[in-house]
Amino acid sequence: MNATVGPVAINTFREAVRDRVLYNLVLFALLMIGAAILVGEISIGIERLVIINLGLSAISIFGLVMAIFIGVGLVYKEIEKRTLYSLLAKPIRRWQFLVGKFAGLLLTLGVNTIFMTLGLAAALVYVGGHFVRSDASILVAIYFILLEFALVTALAMFFSCFSSPMLSTLFTLGIYITGVFADDIHGIGEFTKNPAVLAITRTLYYLVPNFHNFNAIDTVAHGGAIPFSLVWQNTLYAALYIALLLVAGSAVFSGRNLK
Amino acid sequence: MSTPAIEILGLTKDFPVGFWRKRMRRSLDNLTFQVEEGEVFGFLGPNGAGKTTTMKLLMGLIFPTSGTARVRGRSIDDVQMHREIGYLPEQPYFYDYLTARELLDYYARFSNYSKAERRERVGRFLERVGLAAAGNVQLRKFSKGMLQRAGIAQAILHDPAVVILDEPMSGLDPVGRREVRDIILDLKKQGRTVFFSTHILSDAEMLCDRVAVLAGGKLQGVGAPGEIVSMKAHAMEILFEAREGRALPAALAKNATRIGGRCRVEVPEEALYGALEQLRNCEARILSVSPVHPTLEDYFFRLVGSPATSRGLEEISR
Ligand SMILES: Nc1ncnc2c1ncn2[C@@H]1O[C@H](COP(=O)(O)OP(=O)(O)OP(=O)(O)O)[C@@H](O)[C@H]1O
Ligand SMILES: [Mg+2]
Repeated sequence: MNATVGPVAINTFREAVRDRVLYNLVLFALLMIGAAILVGEISIGIERLVIINLGLSAISIFGLVMAIFIGVGLVYKEIEKRTLYSLLAKPIRRWQFLVGKFAGLLLTLGVNTIFMTLGLAAALVYVGGHFVRSDASILVAIYFILLEFALVTALAMFFSCFSSPMLSTLFTLGIYITGVFADDIHGIGEFTKNPAVLAITRTLYYLVPNFHNFNAIDTVAHGGAIPFSLVWQNTLYAALYIALLLVAGSAVFSGRNLK
Repeated sequence: MSTPAIEILGLTKDFPVGFWRKRMRRSLDNLTFQVEEGEVFGFLGPNGAGKTTTMKLLMGLIFPTSGTARVRGRSIDDVQMHREIGYLPEQPYFYDYLTARELLDYYARFSNYSKAERRERVGRFLERVGLAAAGNVQLRKFSKGMLQRAGIAQAILHDPAVVILDEPMSGLDPVGRREVRDIILDLKKQGRTVFFSTHILSDAEMLCDRVAVLAGGKLQGVGAPGEIVSMKAHAMEILFEAREGRALPAALAKNATRIGGRCRVEVPEEALYGALEQLRNCEARILSVSPVHPTLEDYFFRLVGSPATSRGLEEISR
């Protein structure tokens, strides 16, 4: 299996690198440098809070934009440009191609995030002089962000198995935003007690991935700890959801006539 | 009898048409024929005949409405079958951020070669298709013909027993076409089966053991190129120079076409001596007399003109 998935993943990563996707790191670096200098000037004791908050938010947003916009094109571009024709002539199944593309984008996002994390660490050292014990939980927050990327990538790829990049982007964004506010939407439903509204909000709540649980930015920015139970809960949740999306995407894509 | 290299059994493909994709159009209609092991087999037919559709069905890129096909006895649903098969898509396009060498190396990874083997093989096949000097150039800088060559290289890179080429000569200069012809003959010498589509009939006549002619999604005939069209000459062509001041006989003048100072006339075989006699009487200088062989080309033109070929374009309801 890895004999087929691996090369596809590596090639996807290579495409991203050659398309200069990692240039976003320059922007991130500038942002962190600017913030560090600015916060250092003011110096009112909340430097760490600001830097962690800003850094993690930027890591999350940069990566999400990449996950969505590259994710919706992963399959579509190969069909549209017909690069897929000669690839599928090789002994590779369509689901292996999908998993390879998925893994490739995840690898790209992972590498990107590692560099951003280093940037964030540098900014923290700059404003604080040293790390503190609670900084370790920043890594957990970043792990959650990575899980979120994987979920969003899987969503984007799933939609792109049967719709255009434009629609896939809309669907993915829509679900992401709904997922971030899943708890609130649920709350509104329970609050109205209107059975029709309740039916809709409950369906949404259980159908859409709950992205709220993956956001630990505020907690770690304030030096709070993340319970271990949340780590494995999130891991399991994301893994299951991704597996489901990949299986469904493969089922659709495997039966599809390439144009 | 050995298993045929390619066995096509009643392949039919309908494509949805129209905005709502409710109506269907039959692009391939109950196609049945087989390509024997070791054959060079030509697939001919006018534009829109269904050649590419057939090949895409064989490669599992699209799925048949009905019918099946087997390659070396294996169902086309079986991915393992792809180990023994090479495919050049029509107007191939590849990852343009890769160099030709990287592209071939990537494809070779799906065939379980060691790193050293891959390197040796990629180099050898780049050489084979005349891209040795362009191996390290990114494919986005490739010309159409160079892409076509890269496409041929990736199709034969893993020594497949069956090679399916969709218009391998398209986009190539005369030298390139010649090279591809040599590659095809080489493959045949190695005992491989080559199934290729083409519009260049002289190539088909020159290379193929057998050809299949497709029009309007229907098979029109399968056989040796000479069998498909009767080789008997139907007409004779006379090339001559008319003598100045001497008028041509009316019957000849009507059919003759003037090219510079020369005239060309086509007469039925049985009327040849009569025409020559007339030309002698008016002191014309005969330059050549040659039989006009009906070629695949003529066969083709007859096909395109016949109503059977447009039948495939009718829409059928779901
Ligand atoms: N994806 C598709 N959707 C709808 N119709 C299609 C599709 N692909 C092919 N067709 C139709 O099927 C018919 C056969 O097309 P095909 O590409 O197989 O012809 P071809 O013999 O390869 O022609 P050419 O010599 O021009 O390459 C055409 O009428 C074409 O319009
Ligand atoms: Mg074609």
